[in-house]
Amino acid sequence: MLRRMQFIPGRLIQTIPVVFGVTLVVFFLGHLLPGDPAIAILGEHATPARVAALREQLGLNLPLGVQYGQFLLHILQGNLGQSLTYQVPVASLVLQAVPVTLSLLLFALIISLAISIPLAGLAAAKPGGAWDYVARGYTLLGQGMPQFWVGIMLLLLLAVGLRVFPVGGYGITPLDHIYYLCLPALTMGIAMSPTIVRSLRSSTIDVLGSEYIATARSKGSSGTALFRQHVLRNAVIPTVSIIGVHLGYLVGGSIVIEKVFAIPGLGSLMLNAIFSRDFPTIQAVSLMVALFVVAVGILTDIIYTLLNPRINLSEGGEAV
Amino acid sequence: MTETPLLSVRNLVLGVVRRGRPSTIIVDDVTFDVAQGELFGIVGESGSGKSLTLRAIAGLLPGGVEIISGSVEYKGRNFTSMTSGERRALMGPEIAMIFQDPMTALNPVVRVGEQIAEGPRRHLGLSKKDAMDLAISMMAKTGIPDPIRRAKAYPHELSGGLRQRIMIAMALSCRPKILLCDEPTTALDVTLQHQVLGLLEEMCANFGTALIFVTHDLAVVNETCKKVAVMYAGRIVESGPVRSVLRDPRHPYTKGLLDSAPDFDHPDRMLKSIPGFPPNLANRSVGCSFAPRCEFAQPECVASSPQLEEVGPDRLSACFEKFTIFEGAHA
Amino acid sequence: MTTPTAVLVKFKQSRRAANSRSLKRWYQNGPLLAGMIIVGIVVVVAVFAPLISPYDPIKQDLLSTLQSPSSAHWLGTDKLGRDVLSRLMWGARVDLRIGFLAVLIPFVFGSIIGALAGYFGGWFDVVVMRIVDVFFAFPFYVIVIALVFVFGSGETSIYLAIAVVSWVAYAKIVRGEVIVAKTQDYVTAARLGGMSHMRILVRHIGPNVLSQVIIYAMSDIVMDIMAIVTLGYLGLGIAPPTPEWGSMILDGQEFITTQWQQATIPGLMVVVMSLGLSWIGDGLSDLLSPDRRK
Repeated sequence: MLRRMQFIPGRLIQTIPVVFGVTLVVFFLGHLLPGDPAIAILGEHATPARVAALREQLGLNLPLGVQYGQFLLHILQGNLGQSLTYQVPVASLVLQAVPVTLSLLLFALIISLAISIPLAGLAAAKPGGAWDYVARGYTLLGQGMPQFWVGIMLLLLLAVGLRVFPVGGYGITPLDHIYYLCLPALTMGIAMSPTIVRSLRSSTIDVLGSEYIATARSKGSSGTALFRQHVLRNAVIPTVSIIGVHLGYLVGGSIVIEKVFAIPGLGSLMLNAIFSRDFPTIQAVSLMVALFVVAVGILTDIIYTLLNPRINLSEGGEAV
Repeated sequence: MTETPLLSVRNLVLGVVRRGRPSTIIVDDVTFDVAQGELFGIVGESGSGKSLTLRAIAGLLPGGVEIISGSVEYKGRNFTSMTSGERRALMGPEIAMIFQDPMTALNPVVRVGEQIAEGPRRHLGLSKKDAMDLAISMMAKTGIPDPIRRAKAYPHELSGGLRQRIMIAMALSCRPKILLCDEPTTALDVTLQHQVLGLLEEMCANFGTALIFVTHDLAVVNETCKKVAVMYAGRIVESGPVRSVLRDPRHPYTKGLLDSAPDFDHPDRMLKSIPGFPPNLANRSVGCSFAPRCEFAQPECVASSPQLEEVGPDRLSACFEKFTIFEGAHA
Repeated sequence: MTTPTAVLVKFKQSRRAANSRSLKRWYQNGPLLAGMIIVGIVVVVAVFAPLISPYDPIKQDLLSTLQSPSSAHWLGTDKLGRDVLSRLMWGARVDLRIGFLAVLIPFVFGSIIGALAGYFGGWFDVVVMRIVDVFFAFPFYVIVIALVFVFGSGETSIYLAIAVVSWVAYAKIVRGEVIVAKTQDYVTAARLGGMSHMRILVRHIGPNVLSQVIIYAMSDIVMDIMAIVTLGYLGLGIAPPTPEWGSMILDGQEFITTQWQQATIPGLMVVVMSLGLSWIGDGLSDLLSPDRRK
């Protein structure tokens, strides 16, 4: 087991240039602002004194290379700058928002798997059958609906119509949080599931046609036991990397969903920062989200290797 | 045959079913019996329907292929009238199967020990630990060295020979009455073939298990089986005790197969291949399917199809010329 | 061993055969036809909105706000008394225009970069792929929102933001296709025949790769329309009072309890458009690369 994980250091080294590039992009976001970034942030009517103060605070008077060096140094120290709106360290704002967004993502992932696995299994059991058409229609519609609109429709149906769920907010106790996250997580789960259904359906069809499933059947295995023990364990392997790629997309979607349901996560933080032109916060959220995506990529590789004993990125298998 | 056979295949017809209607007949009117502990071989080229016949017995027909008519009876109970649950309960403790390619027939993400233990847990009601102990002892019986360690291996970590031994251990773990083998040695190299065949014979003899052995290789049948049926284009064209069929074939196709196989007793003999190709099953002719390739074909062979008829003790052949052309042909 | 010319001739023959088959079949292709009809209708409505829309989409009528659907206002009126149906028609003009135009820059730029990286390989390929990795690390909406902020709101910055984000997907697809295509016999044959790299890329590899890119572009148009509508919903898109589906949904959400259709119908329009475009994409992939169907 440990032997098969020896690829991790190499994989980490591979991501260094990517992380470097990410910081570079985030850094230059500020310098893409037309004209003087300080004026762009404060607006045309700011007093020269305030502009000068902000330039000082952002370090804009230093040479570009030095600015970037400082930027990197600060990130390494966990210093993401000072929020212009709240006058507190951005890091503390981000730290409050991250757990909210993470639990939303995790919840959404669970929901989308709960939708996708049975649907893909039923569709693959009989390609061209009724369930296959259901799955196809579901993926087609699911991909064609704007995420936030799905959220509004769910609100209309379950919160306004049936009054099962709250219209928005995050509650106070952890139990509240779960309750308040139900609808947003369902929205994001629905947004993510078409891709999973599609990938899982095709890999399940492949697995069902394989000889080892015939072997399992010849041992008298069938139905859900066969699906759980033999089919799913093989069929999820290619889907894992698809989910990994898609989580990044999902994080982006969470910005919009958090607005629909008024959830105080990274997305709301970013949107509020946009409207109050709180540039350091925008930079910090973009950076955190991008680093999260990079981390998910590594995690995906690890899970992929754990699920698939044939993959041995460290050395060859034992030949007897 | 006096006692009731263990397995009895009666007039089995398999076909591709499209929109609820049979479109192509792949296996046509196949009938044979297998007695307790009997070693039965089915020989034919690929596409002759031998593997599908086997899969029909195992209930593993691929999608689109169905039993059109006829029956498969096990201990007098007809499979086609059983529920799928009853049918599955037979698979493992009564009937087991070994597949052609041990590389693809084992689940790549499950440890081999667990794969062997799965059947005994389900059918014999063993605990997880007892089932694993049984799996390890089965592995030891099939001659796998260091079975305790190997039980924790994944299939890709084992060689082809070991994997086929795992398959045998798995198939025999619930002591089935019949073992279905679909070319179990074809994917192995020649030296391993003999080992695995010997092992199969020995294990079946120990457990009193009957064997249905499907292969394209007459030599393998000669080595393993007591009775043989030769299939061509979905039909049995000749059957009987192995020795007598091989020494004195009564169908031109069997003769053709024998002539095209190397004979180590007579290395000087010229190898002859059968001219032409197997027929397209989608448009069968009314005559004998083998007639277009047969050197002895007569006008009547094209006009109608010969039925299986007795040609000797326990011997059947489906050829109009069965008595005339083979006199002294293969003394 | 087949000679290079023989391979070339065979390749051209098969291309021609494939083409004639496509021409014969395009109108028999159900999804393509359905998709084209759907998209066609919406496009016609958008183009002729000035002529067929019953009201001025931005003219307020504060005496008849938030009306339910009636014979005068088929889909009712919004909080400023503007006719929802007219705004829907005019909104299609904005959303479709941006959606279709926004794919052009990334399509061209991404394809060229990807083709060069895939064909020549080497350090250029390494650098391009690293850049692609960096851009893939930013979720679509995060970077689009950040860029729209940086460039300032408005149509031009939406084009720019989408171009910056989505060229990477084209580059990745084209690079992969070119790497596969350049090992094929017919490319070797063309090279042996003394053709220049440019000519091989444009004349031989290009047509084969292009079909995949066009199929992707269909789903990319859907993504872009989603992005515009989403930006509109977030209040970062086209400035009011210009009618736009996303901001219509935002306005409608306020009155969801009494006037549910205001938020629902613009979203349905997006669904209809993406259904049509996905069907066109499916149909095209049937026609352009029949061998790749699963």
